[in-house]
Amino acid sequence: MAETVINVLSAIFLLAGGAFGILGGLGLLRFPDFYSRLHAAGVTETLCAVLIVLGLVLQSGFSLLTIKLLLILLFLLFTAPTATHALARAAMVDEVEPEVIAKQSSENRPAPGEPSSNI
Amino acid sequence: MTAVLVIATMAIFATMALALIRALKGPTIYDRIVAVNVFGTKTVLVVALITYVTGHADLIDVALVYALINFIAIVAVLKLVKMRDLAKAGEGDITDG
Repeated sequence: MAETVINVLSAIFLLAGGAFGILGGLGLLRFPDFYSRLHAAGVTETLCAVLIVLGLVLQSGFSLLTIKLLLILLFLLFTAPTATHALARAAMVDEVEPEVIAKQSSENRPAPGEPSSNI
Repeated sequence: MTAVLVIATMAIFATMALALIRALKGPTIYDRIVAVNVFGTKTVLVVALITYVTGHADLIDVALVYALINFIAIVAVLKLVKMRDLAKAGEGDITDG
């Protein structure tokens, strides 16, 4: 009984992880400018990793495999947002323009590296 | 249960294909780097899933090491693209501002 419940939970986590992965890939392919693509990739990437690792952890119970999987999850949760932040930072310093701001007039455009919320 | 694992693996493979298309299309260098970043993260997940599909518990170490190398590689490539030199620091660096 308990094994069936754990298997069903694990299957739900794994399938949801796969679905979020495909959604992130579609967003990466279909969104119009760099920052929205970064949003699609960066947000779904961590969620997909969490769901799939949780699904796999439920499969193996308490073992060395589980500890290594949780270590992988820890590393991914530290590194994925850091890499996304570094990419967004580098693109902003390099004046890659969001599509919304590119349609405005050039006078009230924020300086490169400035947050866009104060216009 | 193996069927669910294989379906999840196939879904991740489909994501990797989509990321590869974005990496080939560009248009800016940052689009390519974010696509390669997604590709690397999904590789870690695929290796972890294949560990469970095949039952070879040793493969999980490959995923663990890949997760570490992937981040270093992304930051190094980003720095190389920005500064044209890994040892140089200064204006326009990825840590600038």
